[in-house]
Amino acid sequence: MITTIAVRDRRMSGMGVDASSWGAALVRISPYTFSAIGIAISIGVSVLGAAWGIYITGSSLIGAAIEAPRITSKNLISVIFCEAVAIYGVIVAIILQTKLESVPTSKMYDAESLRAGYAIFASGIIVGFANLVCGLCVGIIGSSCALSDAQNSTLFVKILVIEIFGSALGLFGVIVGIIMSAQATWPTKLISGIFIVIWILSLVSRRKNLCEDSESFFWDS
Amino acid sequence: MYGFEALTFNIHGGYLEAIVRGHRAGLLTTADYNNLCQCENLDDIKMHLSATKYGSYLQNEPSPLHTTTIVEKCTLKLVDDYKHMLCQATEPMSTFLEYIRYGHMIDNVVLIVTGTLHERDVQELIEKCHPLGMFDSIATLAVAQNMRELYRLVLVDTPLAPYFSECLTSEDLDDMNIEIMRNTLYKAYLEDFYKFCQKLGGATAEIMSDLLAFEADRRAVNITINSIGTELTREDRKKLYSNFGLLYPYGHEELAICEDIDQVRGVMEKYPPYQAIFSKMSYGESQMLDKAFYEEEVRRLCLAFEQQFHYGVFFAYMRLREQEIRNLMWISECVAQNQKSRIHDSVVYMF
Repeated sequence: MITTIAVRDRRMSGMGVDASSWGAALVRISPYTFSAIGIAISIGVSVLGAAWGIYITGSSLIGAAIEAPRITSKNLISVIFCEAVAIYGVIVAIILQTKLESVPTSKMYDAESLRAGYAIFASGIIVGFANLVCGLCVGIIGSSCALSDAQNSTLFVKILVIEIFGSALGLFGVIVGIIMSAQATWPTKLISGIFIVIWILSLVSRRKNLCEDSESFFWDS
Repeated sequence: MYGFEALTFNIHGGYLEAIVRGHRAGLLTTADYNNLCQCENLDDIKMHLSATKYGSYLQNEPSPLHTTTIVEKCTLKLVDDYKHMLCQATEPMSTFLEYIRYGHMIDNVVLIVTGTLHERDVQELIEKCHPLGMFDSIATLAVAQNMRELYRLVLVDTPLAPYFSECLTSEDLDDMNIEIMRNTLYKAYLEDFYKFCQKLGGATAEIMSDLLAFEADRRAVNITINSIGTELTREDRKKLYSNFGLLYPYGHEELAICEDIDQVRGVMEKYPPYQAIFSKMSYGESQMLDKAFYEEEVRRLCLAFEQQFHYGVFFAYMRLREQEIRNLMWISECVAQNQKSRIHDSVVYMF
């Protein structure tokens, strides 16, 4: 028990934190927790943004369509843009969960595995909050678009251009999130891979030594 | 928080705001008014109006039309729109919409009390009342002899009760007192409405403050001009001015001591927004003042529609409809009395 605490203290002072500080508490949180929360945020907050945007647009659209029924079919595009934001969240959540791997307990608090955990967490936050504000933006513009279209139908296409720029914000979030998630390499495979490579090399070199010995043996005799 | 109303306004108000903007699209434009001004008689007017949103309200009227019928049916449309919005609204929008009616209630109360004073029949007076300002016990107003009875019998159960605290006297009702009562009630109502809008905050507070301040200032000028030459003392006149608006408090001090219209003009020209109004009129002319104020009011009301996610659009729509009904009444009267040259004296164009 005392030796494990000593090992932990040495490892932590190797990482530059004092063993009884808040920093120590943070690095003792399992990287799996961070990953799971990241995945949850990516899908949960994206869907929040999409839903928020859809109700903002939808309520205005319904009211405006009473006096001007022609606007309904065209203005459903705004709702579709908000929906796309939720889809981005789902896609990234699926990608992130494929990055989760099991790590042996001895390596769970290594710097490498913490890094992987933080990468997934960050990716989830990036995608979640980018999609939240994107959904809001597209929703508010969609509401104004419906009301303006009801008054003057030439305005629809112009306001749609604004909406397209707004929906690009979610796409930025998804791109950066996916790039972040590529950083999520857990320590297992790499180190065991190195062992395997070293072992193969050692086999090959032993084989070569044997062959040379047998050749020299044959030549001598 | 100002600027973030867009995030939550549509939960309760999105549908109704879209509906009121749809109604706004149905207001008569300059082209419609030009058509109406060309009409020869009231049937022509009815025909032109059948192409607008008033069509379904006027189509069943029998042929010898009166101007009062036209005005009544158009007001009916306004009331229907209002009631539809009111029954769909939740707090605080429903309170806001109720506030829009109190002005009409005050007008109705004064109408009935004045009519009773001049020995008119109660039923006839009730038919003349504005439908938006009706309340249940309105017929009982005819029984009251002085203000205390008025309050105790009828008004204590209505939403106008809190506005009466300043004008509870035991004096008998006569013409002068009734006008003072009307203005005192209206002053209390405007101040209450103003405080309510300030409490709502955000874009509603800003836009409604501007509209209500203009209303308060306009009433102050009208009270001043109407009380020039009457027995109303300066202190009494000052008590009738609302305690907000551009003219408060220094403009009110100066208006209270005005004795003729040129002095009023001198006071108002110190304020840039009102200077623009008064500069359109030449000296000594006061007939055009009403129209100038109406035009300014319509301009500000149309600007309220420029912003989304606030309650000011409801107030603006109701006022614009009322202005339109006034326009239609003027046009119908001019056409019915064959005075078409005077039509353009009093029609305020909106869009």
